[in-house]
Amino acid sequence: MTVLKTRIDPRSEEFRANREAMGSLVADLRERVATAKEGGGPAAQKRHTDRGKLLPRDRIRVLLDVGSPFLELSQLAATGMYDDEVPSAGIITGIGRVSGRECMIVANDATVKGGTYYPETVKKHLRAQEIAAENHLPCIYLVDSGGANLPNQDKVFPDRDHFGRIFYNQANLSAQGIPQVAVVMGSCTAGGAYVPAMSDESIIVKEQGTIFLGGPPLVKAATGEVVTAEELGGADVHSRVSGVTDHYALNDAHALGIVRQSVDHLNGGKQVDLDVREPRPPLHDPDELHGAIPTDLRKPFDVREVIARVVDGSEFEEFKQLYGTTLVCGFARIFGYPVGIIANNGVLFSESALKGAHFVELCSQRGIPLVFLQNITGFMVGSKYEAGGIAKDGAKLVTAVASTSVPKFTVIIGGSFGAGNYGMCGRAYSPRFLWMWPNARISVMGGDQAANVMAQVRRDGFERKGESWSAEDEEAFKQPIREQYEHQGHPYYATARLWDDGVIDPADTRMVLGLGLSTSFNAPARPTRFGVFRM
Amino acid sequence: MFGTVLIANRGEIACRIARTCRALGVRTVAVYSEADADAAHVHACDEAWPVGPAPARESYLNTERILEVARRSGAEAIHPGYGFLSENAEFAEACAGAGIRFIGPPASAIRAMGSKSAAKTIMAEAGVPLVPGYHGDDQSPEHLESVAAEIGYPVLIKASAGGGGKGMRRVDDPAEFREALDGARREARGSFGDDTVLLEKYLLQPRHVEVQVFADGHGNAVHLFERDCSVQRRHQKVIEEAPAPGLSDAHRQSMGEKAVAAARAIGYEGAGTVEFIMDAEGAFFFMEMNTRLQVEHPVTEMITGEDLVAWQLRVAHGEPLPRSQEAISHTGHAFEARIYAEDPDRDFLPAIGTIARLRTPAEDAHVRIDTGIREGDTISVHYDPMIAKLVVWDNDRPAALRRLCRALDDWTVAGTVTNTEFLGRVAAHPAFAAGGVDTGFIETYRDDLFPVPEAPSDRLLAVAALFELLGVDQAAAERARQSGDPWSPWHSTDGWQPNSDNHHVLHFLDGERDLTVVAHYRRDCFLLDLPGGTMQANGTLHADGSLRVVLDGVHLDARALQTGERLRVGVSGEERELVVHDPLSAGMAEELREGSLTAPMPGTVLSVLVSEGDHVEEGAALMVLEAMKMEHTIRAFTAGRVEHVNFRQGDQVSEGAELLAIGAEE
Repeated sequence: MTVLKTRIDPRSEEFRANREAMGSLVADLRERVATAKEGGGPAAQKRHTDRGKLLPRDRIRVLLDVGSPFLELSQLAATGMYDDEVPSAGIITGIGRVSGRECMIVANDATVKGGTYYPETVKKHLRAQEIAAENHLPCIYLVDSGGANLPNQDKVFPDRDHFGRIFYNQANLSAQGIPQVAVVMGSCTAGGAYVPAMSDESIIVKEQGTIFLGGPPLVKAATGEVVTAEELGGADVHSRVSGVTDHYALNDAHALGIVRQSVDHLNGGKQVDLDVREPRPPLHDPDELHGAIPTDLRKPFDVREVIARVVDGSEFEEFKQLYGTTLVCGFARIFGYPVGIIANNGVLFSESALKGAHFVELCSQRGIPLVFLQNITGFMVGSKYEAGGIAKDGAKLVTAVASTSVPKFTVIIGGSFGAGNYGMCGRAYSPRFLWMWPNARISVMGGDQAANVMAQVRRDGFERKGESWSAEDEEAFKQPIREQYEHQGHPYYATARLWDDGVIDPADTRMVLGLGLSTSFNAPARPTRFGVFRM
Repeated sequence: MFGTVLIANRGEIACRIARTCRALGVRTVAVYSEADADAAHVHACDEAWPVGPAPARESYLNTERILEVARRSGAEAIHPGYGFLSENAEFAEACAGAGIRFIGPPASAIRAMGSKSAAKTIMAEAGVPLVPGYHGDDQSPEHLESVAAEIGYPVLIKASAGGGGKGMRRVDDPAEFREALDGARREARGSFGDDTVLLEKYLLQPRHVEVQVFADGHGNAVHLFERDCSVQRRHQKVIEEAPAPGLSDAHRQSMGEKAVAAARAIGYEGAGTVEFIMDAEGAFFFMEMNTRLQVEHPVTEMITGEDLVAWQLRVAHGEPLPRSQEAISHTGHAFEARIYAEDPDRDFLPAIGTIARLRTPAEDAHVRIDTGIREGDTISVHYDPMIAKLVVWDNDRPAALRRLCRALDDWTVAGTVTNTEFLGRVAAHPAFAAGGVDTGFIETYRDDLFPVPEAPSDRLLAVAALFELLGVDQAAAERARQSGDPWSPWHSTDGWQPNSDNHHVLHFLDGERDLTVVAHYRRDCFLLDLPGGTMQANGTLHADGSLRVVLDGVHLDARALQTGERLRVGVSGEERELVVHDPLSAGMAEELREGSLTAPMPGTVLSVLVSEGDHVEEGAALMVLEAMKMEHTIRAFTAGRVEHVNFRQGDQVSEGAELLAIGAEE
């Protein structure tokens, strides 16, 4: 194995400057996450705990195996939206270990708008179920929600990927043998009533949980019957009379204890059918990722410096090192698991695309998971390259990436622009997980590029009419475009809209990939069948 | 000397007797019950024979079987130890009938002293001073009540056939006399099969001083000085000492002479103890004579240098007493502390359990440990929960007392609650150090001896938390090894989560006190939020439960041992037993506990006082349990209706069993 050498000097001025820049991005990220974790704020949290209920994150902490990781997803969902009043989109999702088994946890945060479902809440819930489906993770729903957010009903109710899809997924996950467990820890009204009802096993907390299709006000309006929520759909009704729930818990902790027992009896579990070795930490400290790369996307860097701080022993066996050098491909291990790494080292040329497609074929043949480290401005443009068939070579890479069945993981470590996003396994290419670094940007093209393109088109128009366009005017035209792209390409904008599974500290890249890889092995390997490669 | 002796006992005393026998070249035969198949005394003897099931009635009191073992094993004599058959005249006679020497007094002497009222008559005739009282045959409650009034309260009711505090009640208020009489009789009947009682004046500030006597079959009788056993609770001795503090030689001689006179009056032979009650002025009165070797005999051995068991064997073998009165002397001072599996904070409730760990001070010329319990042994419901007798000797009382305190400090038992800390407080108490305390000592100084325990130190809590957290690491590593994905980062236990720090909340209970420790996961350590502030903690947990911890940079050795939810932690001279509280499983236990009444300890249902459907007031007696030879009354925690009664009289109940349930009145 080749051990990657570093050219980075941690004592250099450049390293210090990079570290400072990335450090402030990471500090801002941690701060925003801390704010999001306050949910509906101290007053709402106090109201919640005064009722004898645990806060949603405490529920998860108590539910999980002590000290085990929690791979929380999309912590900053809905950030910057709805006047920042729906932190984390009012729902906490993530993968954690329960009784030794990786499970998908979906927990409503009732302190945020009563746990009602905003469009991003629905999207986050569905994404969690999608991850559970792809990785065969038992689902645990900690339900405490008022159901669909009524003012936003047109964006959460009628469409295919809206509220109803949750129950459709529950039925189909269960059909695939993926356990569905629900704990009713608060209200579970109307459509929400189907979460426990559609689960394989359900638990309800005494004097906290209620399940009904229509709540007391609706009942009174409809039939005149006056009934309390507890009488209508409390733990006693559903555990002793209706049979909607299977277990009766005295309090939140008791309920979570029952979940742990239930998961302990699920049977099954994962078998890793790969050549796994004892893991070794990278030779180069992952913390150095803060200083090893510039946060300014225009400054190029050698992606091997990143790989050296992610993989076991910093060992990397490069494939076609001398060919298509703007795409770095090679074999390595992360936490002992074999991986194939595809990473950008510049713009994609035909050769790079061909090399990438070949490498995806190799890994698919061998059943080796793929890790994409994305920092791509796009495919090379120009007549020479069009004539050289870069479109069909790019298509080969896209075809290979789209149709391989090995687990794929994408980390956007810099730019994610244009068709490069496709070839490098962007969100649309269904990687098992997709994370973004806080310095990354994502858009159809770079802001400058877009401004230039649009200015060029405009200038052409002026020139056709024989008019002139001053440099000042041009700049005034370009500036808002650049600003729009900068705003919409920002990781917070992206993660708020669930374009990714979360923004991560670069130093955590190895950990999230390790957890993701291990998670993916819960699902059996499937054979790959590629589409037609245009030759 | 005898060739073979059968030891009809168990525990420390059987081991003690075997030790002397071995020293004298006597073969020993042990007997054991099913519960004791691997007990220490079985291994201490040359042979060991099974004699029946665990209950003593069917094994250690099974005279037929024991005599059969004696015959088949070729034993010439039987040493009964104390308790069990040691004061059973029928057994002594049966031994004689079988041609086996009973190592103890003649049956006639046992009988003479067995009935307390008869004993007093004999003593009065022999000129031994007696406490005013009634020892007559008219046992009608009315008569006894009027006699009690004549004697004057406080009055003591005792079972005539009794001993060891069973069937004994002190009555301060005439209104309580009848109830106390009933209780004493019930216990007497249960323990001795005879509910005859006697009455005595209850002396205030009395001391319990007893004289060791010895007589042989050749008309010789001597005493080996006295023992002061005034530190008692519920008439059970706690710490004994010899000689009695503050006794003049003349006084000592006078007591000794009266005791010898008492022994002679009944034609005594062998080892015996004449118990006196001594008032504040030094006047002493005969209480009773125990016709056996006493539990506390080692303190006499320590100050006289004599082996009383060897004396017993010689006398039983027909030899004269080894020494004349003039040749017996005493040197220095000795204490004995009885280490019991019991909970002083719960009214000395006997405890059971497996002795997971036992660390005792080293034995030498100053420290002697008589025990029948080894690490790994179980203290069961069937027998006395004594773990050991700690005996110390030194040239004078203060020096001996220092040794006692030190040795008690060095004593660690894990797996069951014990009274060692309580003994330590008794030994360290200024009044006890001054000497000459009366039998009300424990009651008088209750506040000192049962201090409201201080909260455990942050340091101890930090060790408890580290033990749990490092235990999680070890369990996770083990689980990882056994899994199909052994290297997965999912096995990690540092609480990783993206973009934020994680923590774990630990709950410990110290009695009523709820102690919460929040452990924040940090890269190389835990940051612990403790009652007194934040502490940086890390450490290594070794397989034997010992820990090397680093707390705010200070390296310390510590130890911890967990049995179920009980966690015993020791660090820097502080030792505590905490309960590890898991909120997840607490819910399940709570579910079962709601509205029920459970047995505080394993035992037998003595009587059921209510029936299903009865209305009961809060505090009403519902059921009486006999456990560890003591009665416990189960009372209603609330007023209500008895919903169900789960046990009947005579049933065995296990600890925590739901005895009955009370529901709210409709």
